[in-house]
Amino acid sequence: MAASSSNGFRVIGTRPIRHDGVDKVTGRAKYGADYAFPGMLHGKVLRSPHPHANIKSIKIDKALALPGVKAIVTSADLPALPDKMEAAGEQAINLNHLSMNILARGKALYDGHPIAAVAATSPHIADEALRLIEVEYELLPPVMTVEDAMKPGATILLPSLRNKEDGPDKETNVAAHLQFKRGDVAEGFKQADYVIEREFKTAMVHQGYIEPHNAVGIYNADGHATIYCSTQGSFVVRALSAAVLGIAEGKIKVVPAEIGGGFGGKTTIYLEPLSVLLSQKTGHPVKLTMTRAEVLRATGPTSGSTIRCKMGATKDGKLVAAQCWLAYEAGAFPGSPVGAGAMTIVAPYNIPNILVDAYDVVVNRPKTAAYRAPGASNAAMASETVLDELAEKCGIDPLEMRLMNGSEEGTPQTVGPPFKRIGFKETVEAIKNSPHYKSKLTGANRGRGVASGFWFNVGLQSSATVNIHTDGTVSVVIGSVDIGGTRAAQAMIAAEVLGVDINDVRPTIADTDSIGHTDVTGGSRTCFATGWAVYEAAQDCVRQLKERAAKLWEKKPDEVVFENGMLSPAQPGGELKPMSIKQIASRLARTGGPIVGRATVNARGVGPAFATVCVDVEVDPDTGKTQILRATIAQDAGKAIHPSYVEGQMQGGMAQGLGWGLNEEYFYDDRGILRNTGLLDYRMPTCLDLPAIETAIVEVPTPGHPLGIRGVGEVSIVPPPAALANAIYHAVGVRMTELPMSPPRLLKAILKKRAAGEAQAAAAD
Amino acid sequence: MSRRPRDPHHNEKIAAEFDPAADDGGPKLSRRSFLKGAGAAAAVAGLLGVQPAAADDAAPEPPLAGAAERLGPGPATFKLRINGATRTVTAEPRVTLLGVLRDHLGLTGAKLVCDRGACGACTVHLDGAPVTSCMMLAIDARGHEITTIEGLGAPDRMHALQDAFVAKDALQCGFCTPGMTMALSAALEANPNPSPAEIKHAIAGNICRCGTYPHVIEAALAAAQAARGQA
Repeated sequence: MAASSSNGFRVIGTRPIRHDGVDKVTGRAKYGADYAFPGMLHGKVLRSPHPHANIKSIKIDKALALPGVKAIVTSADLPALPDKMEAAGEQAINLNHLSMNILARGKALYDGHPIAAVAATSPHIADEALRLIEVEYELLPPVMTVEDAMKPGATILLPSLRNKEDGPDKETNVAAHLQFKRGDVAEGFKQADYVIEREFKTAMVHQGYIEPHNAVGIYNADGHATIYCSTQGSFVVRALSAAVLGIAEGKIKVVPAEIGGGFGGKTTIYLEPLSVLLSQKTGHPVKLTMTRAEVLRATGPTSGSTIRCKMGATKDGKLVAAQCWLAYEAGAFPGSPVGAGAMTIVAPYNIPNILVDAYDVVVNRPKTAAYRAPGASNAAMASETVLDELAEKCGIDPLEMRLMNGSEEGTPQTVGPPFKRIGFKETVEAIKNSPHYKSKLTGANRGRGVASGFWFNVGLQSSATVNIHTDGTVSVVIGSVDIGGTRAAQAMIAAEVLGVDINDVRPTIADTDSIGHTDVTGGSRTCFATGWAVYEAAQDCVRQLKERAAKLWEKKPDEVVFENGMLSPAQPGGELKPMSIKQIASRLARTGGPIVGRATVNARGVGPAFATVCVDVEVDPDTGKTQILRATIAQDAGKAIHPSYVEGQMQGGMAQGLGWGLNEEYFYDDRGILRNTGLLDYRMPTCLDLPAIETAIVEVPTPGHPLGIRGVGEVSIVPPPAALANAIYHAVGVRMTELPMSPPRLLKAILKKRAAGEAQAAAAD
Repeated sequence: MSRRPRDPHHNEKIAAEFDPAADDGGPKLSRRSFLKGAGAAAAVAGLLGVQPAAADDAAPEPPLAGAAERLGPGPATFKLRINGATRTVTAEPRVTLLGVLRDHLGLTGAKLVCDRGACGACTVHLDGAPVTSCMMLAIDARGHEITTIEGLGAPDRMHALQDAFVAKDALQCGFCTPGMTMALSAALEANPNPSPAEIKHAIAGNICRCGTYPHVIEAALAAAQAARGQA
């Protein structure tokens, strides 16, 4: 461990070895699918081969008769739930829609929609049983795009769906229309010397976590159930599974396994209630795991979208107006991140006149789930490329353009109160000063692009306990899963407060019975909010340690000083010698018993995150293939607890954003069937596609947080697609308005430009 | 990278390890019953894609009468050499090597991710060469030395690469890590002094969605250096 870090911290800011490293490199770490129990059965899910169909009947007799098959369940085995927004645990959710996504009820709404689930003695027998289930479908026309879904007279997916605007009598596929407004855009555009308006289309993409979803359900005859699974939120799994199954929340215990990536996609439930239901029916533990095809077909990707973005600037580069229209694919049930898209689209800039309309639209695709800064990358693809065009029109460096118009403390947000202290401009400056941006890019068909991004971050609730053991070691117990260094960061915070060695702190992730409520690992909240709880719990230990020392010394607690892990009398001198935590730990029994520090937070005053990136590309004009030459990201972390993990989040989000920009897309055929259900066809970046991503951590502390932390997990994915589009423009002169900018799409655009150039030349002759 | 030369006694070993008398409810085969039904069995073998485990594309040999075999569809009992030990497995012939490792032997380090050989997370060594264990039937692994991540090193005696992965923080969620480590350890064995480009080539088939590739490359270079230092 490095001896010390800057800013007066001893542990925070250093880069200790992670606690879970050895288990993970030796194959011993247990992920959800690695659990096995005596008598365990294997479950499989029958999925609709049709994107849109009425389910006329489901016959299971033949499948049940297959030797080795122990139980089959359909939506008839789940309680009917109210078709309205209701509280489930800590969130409001339409429970009927949630239940219908676990097992289709009456209608299949996407290719891959679960119809039935089987438990059998082996996964192979369960697979065979699926083929013996007879389902009669009445096919309906699939509605695959927001344009088709919004047309008057469009085929309706959910007969009960209504929106406020169209009233209670009109069937619709538009679940919601949101509008955000400031100033007067018509007046604003009048002041503009340059106005750019473009329409963008972005494809549906998947988080691509490589660990497939999994769950082992064990139902006890006493009515209690235990679920082992890989999830971003064990308490979410408990609340939602309880609601879907009609079981009291307290009767379910969720044990979070190690998690092989989530990126937002593991914040809801799919297999978990099925594992419990099948276990209840069979009396055995039941394990379900998804295949890759199931993950792609039937878990929540993020929305494809259509976005129109119009922005105006004066000659000298001042942004005066922005008008945006966004329609996002929600999938089969309402709930796309279009609201977040709308609120982030121009958030980095102080624009006096804004009008943003946003539409949440159901289509015959899987119900979308969160994906790293949900909705913001789509939106930034639009606004950040339009801004690049405006900068070019104005003849201003694109980073200068951002500095001139950038949001800062006091700038009104698209919605809500003005920003507090934020570090947006600092990220722009960091890129401006980076070796990358200062370097010269030369060569044919090469270009450099920059872009910025904003993400809200969230706070929410976390619990933590910190135990001082008799040998002076410390355990930190939290309810947030370790998705990328959580254990190490939380242990570091406790070590910092208690003044102990990081290796004397053991972090543990507890099940839902063993720690207080802790909200989902999402919204970049874990280090911010759970870290806050750990900080307070460690302070609670300090308070108790002082009391104990006071008792031993026959003094008052405020006559004891705690510093760097040492307790000493406030008045130096005398016979009383300072005590370390290790020294007092062995004497706790004599001073009143063990010390357990505890804290819970409902963290307010969250610090929003900004990032700015720079990308160099080389485009092959004959094939349309883009090779990324160099990439750099600057991001405001508030305070980086473990800088390596902050960099890891920056690089990871950027890697995903670059894949989103260049290659990744859901490809549905004209029958609404997903055609790329494997990792060869759903093309995620390999090591050959990515450069080493350079990082610059900016630290503008979040006011109010004891350590100044800002969440760092998400914003890094927001700017990369737009930065790539800008780089491609500067390389080959075409403005891309569709994602992904895959070779066929880019080649088409290059050829179109070439043909236009030739026609112009011919006309001039 | 090249595979080790094949054991000349491979066929005999297979014949010795395959135990047709296993009490598993599956079809019992003797040499006699095999000869009686040889035609049908060959057809079945062809249909199921079951090939004599001795098939060697480098040096094709004519199949000997009695060397071909019929397995399945019920469970068969056979032996595998895994991490230096002989393990007896009873599994249907359709079960992959990955399936046997994870579901029958509790060796869950290798991960099931794509089931199509597209991501590298299930990589193990077969006679020292990296293979995707999801793409290989367990019965085809008979007679080969299989090494899994559990056999590469343990917490108290880690392989240089495992040490380097921890030291260089070459993992985020850790799910691709066993496969990455196995691919790289085979590569380092074949080429103890690799360039970054050669390391990239070795893990080009291993997907890391957390984006840790640069750290992985750094760890591989450090491990190679450490190993050379020891030698």
